[in-house]
Amino acid sequence: MNLTLKIWRQSGPSSTGRFETYDAPGVSPDMSFLEMLDVVNERLERGGQAPIAFDHDCREGICGACSMMINGIPHGPARATTTCQLHMRRFRDGDTITIEPFRARAFPVLRDLIVDRSALDRIIEVGGYVSVATGNAPDANAMPIPKTSVDRAMDAAQCIGCGACVAACPNGSAMLFTAAKVTHLGLLPQGQPERSRRVVAMVDRMDLEAFGGCTNFGECHEACPKEIPLSTIARLNHDFLKASVLAS
Amino acid sequence: MKLDARIPAGPLEKKWDLHRFEMKLVNPANKRKHTVIVVGSGLAGASAAASLGELGYRVRCFCFQDSPRRAHSIAAQGGINAAKNYQNDGDSVDRLFYDTIKGGDFRAREANVYRLAQVSVNIIDQCVAQGVPFAREYGGLLSNRSFGGAQVSRTFYARGQTGQQLLLGAYQALERQVAAGTVAMFPRTEMLDLVVVDGQARGIITRDLVSGKVETQLADAVVLATGGYGNVFYLSTNAKGCNVTATFRAWKRGAAFGNPCYTQIHPTCIPVSGDYQSKLTLMSESLRNDGRVWVPKASRDSRAPGEIPESERDYYLERKYPSFGNLSPRDIASRAAKEVCDEGRGVGETGLGVYLDFADAIRRLGEATIRERYGNLFEMYERITGENPYRVPMRIFPAAHYTMGGLWVDYNLMSTIPGLFVLGEANFSDHGANRLGASALMQGLADGYFIIPYTLGDYLATSRPAPVDPAHAEVRATEDAVRQRVTRLLGGDGKRTVDDFHRALGKIMWEHCGMERNADGLRRALREIPALRQEFTSDVRVVGTGEELNQSLEKAGRVADFLEFAELMCRDALHREESCGGHFRVEHQTPDGEAQRDDERFAYVAAWEYAGEGREPVLHKEKLVFENVHLATRSYK
Repeated sequence: MNLTLKIWRQSGPSSTGRFETYDAPGVSPDMSFLEMLDVVNERLERGGQAPIAFDHDCREGICGACSMMINGIPHGPARATTTCQLHMRRFRDGDTITIEPFRARAFPVLRDLIVDRSALDRIIEVGGYVSVATGNAPDANAMPIPKTSVDRAMDAAQCIGCGACVAACPNGSAMLFTAAKVTHLGLLPQGQPERSRRVVAMVDRMDLEAFGGCTNFGECHEACPKEIPLSTIARLNHDFLKASVLAS
Repeated sequence: MKLDARIPAGPLEKKWDLHRFEMKLVNPANKRKHTVIVVGSGLAGASAAASLGELGYRVRCFCFQDSPRRAHSIAAQGGINAAKNYQNDGDSVDRLFYDTIKGGDFRAREANVYRLAQVSVNIIDQCVAQGVPFAREYGGLLSNRSFGGAQVSRTFYARGQTGQQLLLGAYQALERQVAAGTVAMFPRTEMLDLVVVDGQARGIITRDLVSGKVETQLADAVVLATGGYGNVFYLSTNAKGCNVTATFRAWKRGAAFGNPCYTQIHPTCIPVSGDYQSKLTLMSESLRNDGRVWVPKASRDSRAPGEIPESERDYYLERKYPSFGNLSPRDIASRAAKEVCDEGRGVGETGLGVYLDFADAIRRLGEATIRERYGNLFEMYERITGENPYRVPMRIFPAAHYTMGGLWVDYNLMSTIPGLFVLGEANFSDHGANRLGASALMQGLADGYFIIPYTLGDYLATSRPAPVDPAHAEVRATEDAVRQRVTRLLGGDGKRTVDDFHRALGKIMWEHCGMERNADGLRRALREIPALRQEFTSDVRVVGTGEELNQSLEKAGRVADFLEFAELMCRDALHREESCGGHFRVEHQTPDGEAQRDDERFAYVAAWEYAGEGREPVLHKEKLVFENVHLATRSYK
């Protein structure tokens, strides 16, 4: 396949970016999207030009590092698939593909397609855990937990923290990310003691980090490579309201 | 250099308890006066940083990823072992200990492995308390499955994402300490050298991967939890960023490197599809609980798998190893796959693949059950290959996966440099010559949650490190050396890319130091690697500067270290004239093609000491003493 790529280039956080056009000839349909970019980059490097910077690491859809908009969609057109697992057989010979960084106020661009997503760590920092220091645990089977609760907790816990939900949201909200953690821990007995404190602290932090508010577009769920259910947001709202009412 | 493993006296099952009592403690009020550097934020690093922070130490934790949650432990799929015996199927600490020693082909230290088995049960308790959503039965109790090399069900799992869930547990504990102010986290920061002052590890030199700034970080002790070096093969199941730099640089500063030739080739990975391939994707070993491995009986049989009748299929693992069958350990299953492919019976376009077939399991259990157990793995397979494994058998082939070798450590997980501790895959300690499935997660968390918090305290209490002057000549010299290395990598106007060299190195290593090794091949590799390194120096092209986010420069530094380190691996493989676990020397095999150990000559840990530029490294031997297990021929037949 022969493709044309329009890629966002930006040399640093405070420089102005622009689209550059590149030819990508001889692309194999079995390549992953990132392998296609690797080939483009090696050609640029041989010619003495700076390669396109992009975050990536595990290349098996679990680390959450890869983060780009492909034709306006976070992680591209395949459902429930990260960029690294998107394969070129999804595209057609002669296609023009537009590639940009995740766009959100809370995710400043560092270079080309790389953005700073550390705001997500800071949301976890204020309450996305169970406070149990090493050595404090009772026997793992001391407390039976219904399989259905664990299965639903796992559905939410699968979040890879990639930020696609934020990039997809017209408001730039991190609601699905936050709700996934609130739901994961809120469904388990271990998460109960801190349930109210957690949801309030995490939502406050989200607001502080320049993420937008949630107005239920649902774009986040559509873009999520792990298909985190939208119902997690309902749970978050429920917990948040309950915690706020209880507090007042 | 003198190797002292510091194995405590007393009976095996009492050693750790006695040692914990004998170790010195740091008073709670004094802990906050000690700064500890932790490099790496995977299972070992994150659990260590969090636990040390909880105790009150001032921890500074570094990772090259943009968030500690992305360390490569996240990609571990299948599970974590623990001797809970919840299934009442005969498991015990002793059995997990024995399975691990035997699985490692009797090349690991008894005392370390026994302690690992002991604390395995605490790990599961800790993780459940953190909210790790392990799979459960309808009664609400924890579920288990089996992994290779064991005849009991002792593996705990969270769908096919066990590593992810365990790492998120440790990451969340880490973030809690960041909020508490005990841990300072430095993401997108890479360690490029170790600072040794007066013979003690006192800090690291880092490069900020966004600004390019090179800085010195000083501390009272340094903990390396930087993972393995599987990417020396270029194609591996490791993440693209995994590298040997931290441990290799520590080696050059005086830390002995243990058994560098022990590498694990995982039998179930998706086969290579083309030259552009950038990594290999693992399919969890847990699939072998229900999948059956086979190839056609006839060579070059090009029929579709469905058209090959039962009588013309060779379920070779079940045939050769009837008692373990498809759950034979990784080294054995990998070599068996290579053997059938060498016979021309491999499947797929390249002939480098075998079938992993779920048709029987689907008939027996129904598609819904299989989907529940492995759904996400099946989806991943289909995304990558475009084939539906519910309909056609998966095609799999071995790939480099894990490195049992690593920096040599004593019982306290301290290297030969006082004050330098090494955890997880980065050390050599627990898996001998072959690691069993679901034991890497166990070891990483054992080291981080339950061992380093004790042994590090003992070191600080007994050695009482004095403050280091940042202007100390050793500190300045180390920082200058890093700056010079960075400058040397830049500025060339060569023609070849860094990846080009990395692929060339990977090819040499896979060919001569991979699944099978022999003296001629290893000698050839030892000639080819220095030549390639020479070309790298003169012909590599690294675009850009050091004062910016420069991914080519990051890669160049890592590949430059791999180009030196590869030689150490080959040297170790050449000297070990026996076969054991993942180290298979063609010259040393039994008549039926199994690994032939030579306990008389090689029942030791090979610990290599750096002897200076252009000098051959010096071999030191730690004799392995087996007081509790009988050295047997490892058989899974």
